[in-house]
Amino acid sequence: MSTAGITVYVPRDSTALALGANEVAAAIVAEAGKRGQEITVVRNGSRGMFWLEPLVEVVTAAGRIGYGPVEPDDVAGLFDAGFLAGGQHRLALGLVEEIPYLKKQERLTFARVGITDPLSLEDYLAHEGYAGLRRALTLSSAEVVQEVLESGLRGRGGAAFPTGIKWKTVLGAQSAQKYIVCNADEGDSGTFSDRMVMEDDPFMLIEGMTIAALAVGATRGYIYVRSEYPHAIVALNQAIVTANSQNYLGENILGSSHSFHLEVRKGAGAYICGEETALLESLEGKRGVVRAKPPLPAIEGLFGKPTVINNVISLASVPIILARGAAFYKNYGMGRSLGTLPMQLAGNIKYGGLVEKAFGVTLREMLLDFGGGTASGKPIRAVQVGGPLGPYLPESLFDTKLDYEAFAAVGGMLGHGGIVVFDDSVDMARQARYAMEFCAVESCGKCTPCRIGSTRGVEVIDKIAAGQVHEIHLLRDLCDTMINGSLCAMGSMTPLPVLSALDHFPEDFASSAADKAA
Amino acid sequence: MQSSQVSQVSQVVPSDPSVDLDQVKSIIQEYQAMPGAMLPVLHAIQDALGYVPASVVPLIADQLNLSRAEVHGVISFYHHFRQQPAGSHIVQLCRAEACQAVGAEALATHAKAALGCDFHGTSSDGQFTLEPVYCLGQCACGPNMQIDDDLYARVSNDKFNKLVRAKRGAQ
Repeated sequence: MSTAGITVYVPRDSTALALGANEVAAAIVAEAGKRGQEITVVRNGSRGMFWLEPLVEVVTAAGRIGYGPVEPDDVAGLFDAGFLAGGQHRLALGLVEEIPYLKKQERLTFARVGITDPLSLEDYLAHEGYAGLRRALTLSSAEVVQEVLESGLRGRGGAAFPTGIKWKTVLGAQSAQKYIVCNADEGDSGTFSDRMVMEDDPFMLIEGMTIAALAVGATRGYIYVRSEYPHAIVALNQAIVTANSQNYLGENILGSSHSFHLEVRKGAGAYICGEETALLESLEGKRGVVRAKPPLPAIEGLFGKPTVINNVISLASVPIILARGAAFYKNYGMGRSLGTLPMQLAGNIKYGGLVEKAFGVTLREMLLDFGGGTASGKPIRAVQVGGPLGPYLPESLFDTKLDYEAFAAVGGMLGHGGIVVFDDSVDMARQARYAMEFCAVESCGKCTPCRIGSTRGVEVIDKIAAGQVHEIHLLRDLCDTMINGSLCAMGSMTPLPVLSALDHFPEDFASSAADKAA
Repeated sequence: MQSSQVSQVSQVVPSDPSVDLDQVKSIIQEYQAMPGAMLPVLHAIQDALGYVPASVVPLIADQLNLSRAEVHGVISFYHHFRQQPAGSHIVQLCRAEACQAVGAEALATHAKAALGCDFHGTSSDGQFTLEPVYCLGQCACGPNMQIDDDLYARVSNDKFNKLVRAKRGAQ
């Protein structure tokens, strides 16, 4: 990168933008101009420490010194304090990489995020970018699949199905046309790791998809991004243009015999399209209605052709697996949960952000050591892990290890790694009602337990809240029907937050009834 | 036959005589060769017109070789597509769990009172349409909202008022 003067980083990640990063960047440029200071402002990704955003970094001889959270009004003071030379200021954070929150992490997938300019291919290449694809080009398709299989990588979207097995099935399927589809419909509340990859390191996703294409013999790929992520769509489209122009995409990639054409498609605000078969329907231009399985998408997927459909983080984990080898990757983690999981601390949390760790840390470590407890300073009462379909966990389960099997053993699920924290002001009967309400709004409508059950669920919870406590058994019965009778996870898992609220926080159902009766 | 159908349907949308069907036709033609062109077509129409009027349904059906029911089914399935024009600005408030944990419900109550409309409604001056959204992906810094294309994090009632006032002033 050609730079003049001192390099100042101001993130372009959309959370930073939502907190005023563009205004801060403009103020820094204006102030530097006023003072005749020569600087280059680089718009990097976010480090994922969102309580510090906008986090401004200055490159010094000692390393990158951080200041945050910076508001436009702070900028003149920062110049007065000599921040361009790493000067002291009340917002000074020292060397960014030494901040414990970051230092304690094991960033494999997020190794570059926040460090590089997301849209600079040069920067990507300078930070181990495309090393995975270069190695993959020296291997046979079967060898690439084997590497992913051996890494132990499981689907990071939530279902945790082994990625290598999906790929192997598609590799073995006979068809003139195969597809790679990236599920970037990150609809779970409390999750933003997909968004960060797309906005803050888009080439990594493109590289992962290109490797997937080589591995299974696909020539065309789609990234289905939710419409709520406009910044991700812009970043991906720009990165795809660059990758095409530099022959990392398109015909005969890097002079090989492989070709891969990649396109971004925008969703339209339907949560259910995060379910893989609904997503495929949507890509085909139809309503996002869930398909019955079998046939598996790996056999009959997009437009009826064999299709690899993987979550953003799954695909983004592939470049490092190929670059460093399966053995390196599976050295992280525990049991059958190998590698790292980028977890997202959200909701009522003091230090919210992105924490990538090997599987095996406890929920308590995440909530307290990283998260610092609630933002409100009140005790944590409930935590929802795994999105709107994940159960609410009470304090007694906080020592559960973040591992697919350990979570399943306590009736939980890791899902996409979102951790949403609630303090003691939460009304769990309301949260249970919301789970049903959300399902009613977002159900695709194909199967009755989900479509009708969710509406009945809201009504029954309202009755319970109105004092008809005997209706609780009806609610449990309804949940049972939804769990066992629904076609996909939407209907069969909506009862998890409801039942967990009933089981772990029964007093909220009785008390709301008592309040009404009083 | 096809063209008479189009004009008939157009006539039953009196609230919107300004729909330029030729413009819509050229949008459809731009995208129709894409595999699975429906969503890209609908996005492009909504980007151009602000909504997807009922009068364009027969056109899309004709060009994509689908039934009008299929096209209507897709439009009505997705929350993003609106079938009526919106106010000058669209205010999206996140209602999902992470924002709930930091007061999204109270903010929603405030927003409804401040704008004088419910979710999916438009303020009486036609300035703001209020929409719920289920996650904007800024979950460590809620409550979140978006006005048109701009995202805002940690939105308090005061911040909401200021932002809305600024949009009004910018008119």
